[in-house]
Amino acid sequence: MTTTEAPPEQERPIGFGRLLRKEDPRLIRGMGNFVDDIQLPGMLHLAILRSPMAHARIVSIDTSAAQAHPKVVAVITGADLAEQGLAWMPTLSNDTQAVLATDKVRFQHQEVAFVVAEDRYSARDALELIVVDYERLDPVIDVRTALNPDTPVIRDDLEGKTDNHIFDWETGDEAATAEVFNNADVVVSEEIIYPRVHPAPMETCGCVADVERVSGKLTLWCTTQAPHAHRTVYALVAGLPEHKIRIIAPDIGGGFGNKVPIYPGYVCAIVASLVIGKPVKWVEDRTENLVSTGFARDYIMKAEIAATKEGKILAVRSDVLADHGAFNGVAAPVKYPAGFFGVFTGSYDLEAAHAKMTAVYTNKAPGGVAYACSFRITEAVYMVERLVDCLAYELEMDPVELRLKNLLKPEQFPYTTKTGWVYDSGNYEPTMRKAMEIAGYEELRREQAEKRERGELMGIGVSFFTEAVGAGPRKDMDILGLGMADGCELRIHPTGKAVVRLSVKSQGQGHETTFAQIVAEEIGIPPEDIEVLEGDTDNTPFGLGTYGSRSTPVSGAAAALVTRKVRDKAQIIASGMLEVSVADLEWNKGSFSVKGDPSKSVTIQEIAMRAHGAGDLPEGIEGGLEAQICYNPSNLTYPFGAYICVVDIDPGTAVVKVRRFIAVDDCGTQINPMIIEGQVHGGLTDGVGMALMQMISFDEDGNCLAGSLMDYLIPTALETPDWETDSTVTPSPHHPIGAKGIGESATVGSPPAIVNAVVDALKPYGVRHADMPLTPSRVWEAMQGNHTPPI
Amino acid sequence: MQVNMTINGQEVSEEIEPRLLLVHFIRDSVGLTGTHWGCDTSNCGTCVVLVDGEPVKSCTMLAAMASGHEVTTVEGLEVDGVLDPVQEGFMQCHGLQCGFCTPGMMLTSKALLEKDPNPTDEVIREAISGQICRCTGYSTIVRSVHWAAEHQTAAPIGSAT
Ligand code: FES
Ligand code: FES
Repeated sequence: MTTTEAPPEQERPIGFGRLLRKEDPRLIRGMGNFVDDIQLPGMLHLAILRSPMAHARIVSIDTSAAQAHPKVVAVITGADLAEQGLAWMPTLSNDTQAVLATDKVRFQHQEVAFVVAEDRYSARDALELIVVDYERLDPVIDVRTALNPDTPVIRDDLEGKTDNHIFDWETGDEAATAEVFNNADVVVSEEIIYPRVHPAPMETCGCVADVERVSGKLTLWCTTQAPHAHRTVYALVAGLPEHKIRIIAPDIGGGFGNKVPIYPGYVCAIVASLVIGKPVKWVEDRTENLVSTGFARDYIMKAEIAATKEGKILAVRSDVLADHGAFNGVAAPVKYPAGFFGVFTGSYDLEAAHAKMTAVYTNKAPGGVAYACSFRITEAVYMVERLVDCLAYELEMDPVELRLKNLLKPEQFPYTTKTGWVYDSGNYEPTMRKAMEIAGYEELRREQAEKRERGELMGIGVSFFTEAVGAGPRKDMDILGLGMADGCELRIHPTGKAVVRLSVKSQGQGHETTFAQIVAEEIGIPPEDIEVLEGDTDNTPFGLGTYGSRSTPVSGAAAALVTRKVRDKAQIIASGMLEVSVADLEWNKGSFSVKGDPSKSVTIQEIAMRAHGAGDLPEGIEGGLEAQICYNPSNLTYPFGAYICVVDIDPGTAVVKVRRFIAVDDCGTQINPMIIEGQVHGGLTDGVGMALMQMISFDEDGNCLAGSLMDYLIPTALETPDWETDSTVTPSPHHPIGAKGIGESATVGSPPAIVNAVVDALKPYGVRHADMPLTPSRVWEAMQGNHTPPI
Repeated sequence: MQVNMTINGQEVSEEIEPRLLLVHFIRDSVGLTGTHWGCDTSNCGTCVVLVDGEPVKSCTMLAAMASGHEVTTVEGLEVDGVLDPVQEGFMQCHGLQCGFCTPGMMLTSKALLEKDPNPTDEVIREAISGQICRCTGYSTIVRSVHWAAEHQTAAPIGSAT
């Protein structure tokens, strides 16, 4: 679709199709309700004092001047929290993290103390009055030397810790893979770095904590993508009874994984409200967001690919060094410390694969899984798609031809990879061909050849990715012991309107619309008659929340199945109303009619009234029309896509311009194509940021060099092209409506396409690989034949 | 100090600290929370309002500087229950997802359309290039502005009463 073409007038599908969003009428009027919009009577404001150093012992903290500030209500340090046993909290990967530093600070901008004051400005003023005496320690910044024997130990708080090692992990068959590599015609090795980046949602993280004095009930309005998981974690760590905790996630201004973890600021606000007895608001500023909350990536991947000289890919292996920062705050299923990196075998039929990984502590902010990465598939896909291009370079083969030669065939599905993942469904080649057709691939190559003759730098980059989303089966996947299943409850009111309650939480993905459409599709009630409730732990069933593109695969399935359960009951009631047996009824999306006699029918609305009315119901049927389920997915879903990127590089300035980007995605059955397109567009834009602009970097003292949006560059409308998107549809066989997740596909698939395009443009300079972010200076370096790793 | 300004056609007069930023004045003092705040460095544009019809980053202006001027926020776009075409366009073309950048994006678009009722893609992109959207990838915002351009029946800026 071109931008000048007006979209079609809204048709209102009762079920799947393009439907305008139910959340928009409030948002376009400025009537959303974001955390910072909440004002409660007597509410106080909290601000956090952060460490200026990356690694230092705290010698003393003097808060007296801050305490004396007329508008300050309280100043709290780590020592104060330690008295209550609250100075440390668990992370989502069973490590601990300081709420406020007690012994020493372990990354620049770590939380050291907080002030609660009557207004925002005074709280900030008072921070300036706190005097902290630090004794500098040598910081550990270079991840490659973090395990050297003479390196300072960052986590001396952990009993018996004598180094900076966190975990080792491996997958696949090392010996079998070595065997294939030893006998292969061609082996290509490359060190591929995915630098540290940050999701930087437009709304920063924050909360309002309100502990009711008499009942002791805590209400926490919070920027969380996982309200139920947060509630349980607070109950487990703070000893608060779980029924006395209510987490409300109101409108959220983007999350992208940044709003999955529990941050010290939330705990500080809760403590402050408990101690002071008034509501307390904490909202971080942009610098705090960038320098202290969940970063993403930070993998150094030594990667190798083996192939025959004809271009049959045989094996892939890698050795990864992972920088997890000062605390292991990775949000991933417990048995997957490297997330789903095991999907690094990509979309290809291999003979063998092996990966190993070492994760280490450094004096940098914690985090690790965030930024629409599908639990590290971003890194995995980037690695394999870069490797395939390196192989194409060595074989002097067209990268599309090489991929087409190796893509899995439709008859191979369900396909078990060499690392044990079962891809549910796929039909890859038509997706690749569709992208080529839209791009005019052959024509682009001709244009490129002509331009090369003239010394112009044009690049065409391709990626083909397979994602693994919708964590996950409870037998394999849990976070802190909580199974990754999701609940869903549906009530049909007497007049045939409905409310569906979900455990997940939208941060802009349009759940209020798509979930209403899923229910509508199954029961024939128009979406506008279905209210979708989520983000309030007192009023929604338990489940682990929205991240890793899991809402549609898990909660979407739950919504479809709970609706079928209600429909089954409705059918029994209808059989009573029409005086026929259940088997003699047929469903016509909104009504049951007698088979062979369509004039005899009852609508779902009539059934709902009967279910709540005074008349008789069939034997053994209770009144009411509602159901609840907890859905445990049997497998992940595996969306995929083919992306083609065209770039032009100015040979004089090395500035990369993304001229075109073609994305053909397959996320199975589509619920709302408009929302799917939007999800893809957003992810592609993220890809431009990561590939060309963004990096959270540090100097040798551990000072974060990307603490503002002037230093951490996010694509604007000028750096992004008009996206060209299309799709194919290969339903998931195990999902009740055949849908797969789509939220992260484009973030996963676009960086390799863009980098491949830049490297392709630089082919005349003999460049086979260059690391992100491909800023003008880094591209210029590559053109001079220099390769400087970004880490 | 005392500030007096018109916000969405209403006279507002408040006693404030001189250092108060316009964005905080609008949000916290006046209670119009549709104007958002997203950075410390004038880079994100979630705070954009119109001051005398011109888009201004309200985090970069003191409330005191707006005294005596006419401010339009997102809440002022709808007039007498009728949405501005820009608002309608953003809904029709999926120009928003989380909605956090949206008020600023719409106000800039509104100001652009007043000057250039039929802007090209390039002109629209240039106009919103001081603002960041993390969700939409901008193409749908560009489409939204075109939609509004094609359906212009808008009341002029500041006509809310
Ligand atoms: S708040 Fe970011 S530009 Fe104003
Ligand atoms: S819609 Fe979320 S930042 Fe623009």
